[in-house]
Amino acid sequence: MNRSLERHLNILDFTLSSLSRRKGKNLSLLAIYLLVVFILASLVFFVTALKREAGMILQDAPDIVVQRLVAGRQDLVPATSVAEIAAIRGVTAVRSRLWGYYYDGLIGANYTVMADDATAAVGQAVIGAGISKARNLAVGDLLPLITYQKNPLMLEIKSVLPAGADLMAADLIVIAPDDFRALFNFPVNMATDLAISVRNPKEIGTIAAKIVELFPEARPVLKSEIQRTYQSLFDWRGGMTVVILASAMLSFIIFAWDKATGLSAEERREIGILKSIGWETGDVLLLKFWEGIVISLTAFLMGVVLAYGHVFFLSAPIFAQALKGWSVIYPRFQLIPVVDALQLSVLFFLTVVPYTTATVIPCWRAATTDPDAAMRS
Amino acid sequence: MRRSLQYLGFTAFSLVLLMSLALHARSVRAHADAGLNRQSALVKSLQLTDLCLTTEARYTRHPSLADRHAAYQDHPLSLEHFPSGSLIMPPPHLREVQ
Repeated sequence: MNRSLERHLNILDFTLSSLSRRKGKNLSLLAIYLLVVFILASLVFFVTALKREAGMILQDAPDIVVQRLVAGRQDLVPATSVAEIAAIRGVTAVRSRLWGYYYDGLIGANYTVMADDATAAVGQAVIGAGISKARNLAVGDLLPLITYQKNPLMLEIKSVLPAGADLMAADLIVIAPDDFRALFNFPVNMATDLAISVRNPKEIGTIAAKIVELFPEARPVLKSEIQRTYQSLFDWRGGMTVVILASAMLSFIIFAWDKATGLSAEERREIGILKSIGWETGDVLLLKFWEGIVISLTAFLMGVVLAYGHVFFLSAPIFAQALKGWSVIYPRFQLIPVVDALQLSVLFFLTVVPYTTATVIPCWRAATTDPDAAMRS
Repeated sequence: MRRSLQYLGFTAFSLVLLMSLALHARSVRAHADAGLNRQSALVKSLQLTDLCLTTEARYTRHPSLADRHAAYQDHPLSLEHFPSGSLIMPPPHLREVQ
């Protein structure tokens, strides 16, 4: 066998024996290290998959959504503005959207109710899988709702949207416009907002400006803005993401600090003994290099594999719990797996390299001193 | 067997596992188009704008359509009290100075 390879194998053998002598300390170090990598890798997988899926699904979102603001709050849009906006050159369709929120006091859930005459006839409803599960409803059952005038509105469930559409529609109820107006006592000739289709995507900005010129109280939300919302949803600088990142970074700083500030008396004595029985400084450094690699590479590989299972096989229960908050209806995050080699490489260089370096540097100081002094210190 | 070889074997197994996960991801993606197309069709027919990540507050259910004051609508000095509000960032078009 190659002499250099044999030397590495011998040193690795010695490293593993040395680590197993301090089994309790090293196993707990490995467990914490693994946990930190697991959380970071889970976050990377979750956010990357969610952003990719959002990007693909929302390609079909409305080109422009026009809201009307009154005193800083969203208000209903008069149907008369539809014709005026439709007359703008480049606009191909203007659709009045009727939608709102319904609080179901029976189970404490919020539903998104949307009107669409092509999807549901009067007296019918199409519901999301989340509602079907929470209310234990199936096709043909009656969905009882209470109107704003305190009258019961019984809707027959025409169909349940597939669980695969949960990411868009877990809490969705689609009903006929007449039922919508009856439910919310919604004024006729008013809409929640307007969805506008534009022939040439390059003209979206110009048309939005024309709409604001026409209706100064209008607030257009462009498709690109909707897409950007989800690309920056779990921004690295905000919310709990920064808390998770800060915790992980602090853990690594503590690891590195612990390693870089010096060796324990036992480790110094070990280095002294190794030097006195003929080990070269290079051999000692190699020993410590392998020690760092064994801990950090094992934690990295296991952490990433477990994170993949957590996000893509178990539907990210840790993050789903955080997002769920007080929600009664929430989607099951059946995300399509994405493994981004670049992000994993960054994670590797952020976790394995600093720890291994921090393991080798203090050891280099001890290994270059006199063996007798190292043993006595 | 030597401990070093056992460790290298374990590391090689973990690496193969990691690479097989990348292959798994690619294979799932190849078969997931039908589901995505269904969701895209739903978005197109109902003109949906947002993902249903959480349903507890309207500004986290439909973050892209939230207004500047949505999170603090109850009182000018009220603090954010929905857990999802601390996780989901406000949309960039609300954060940018216009």
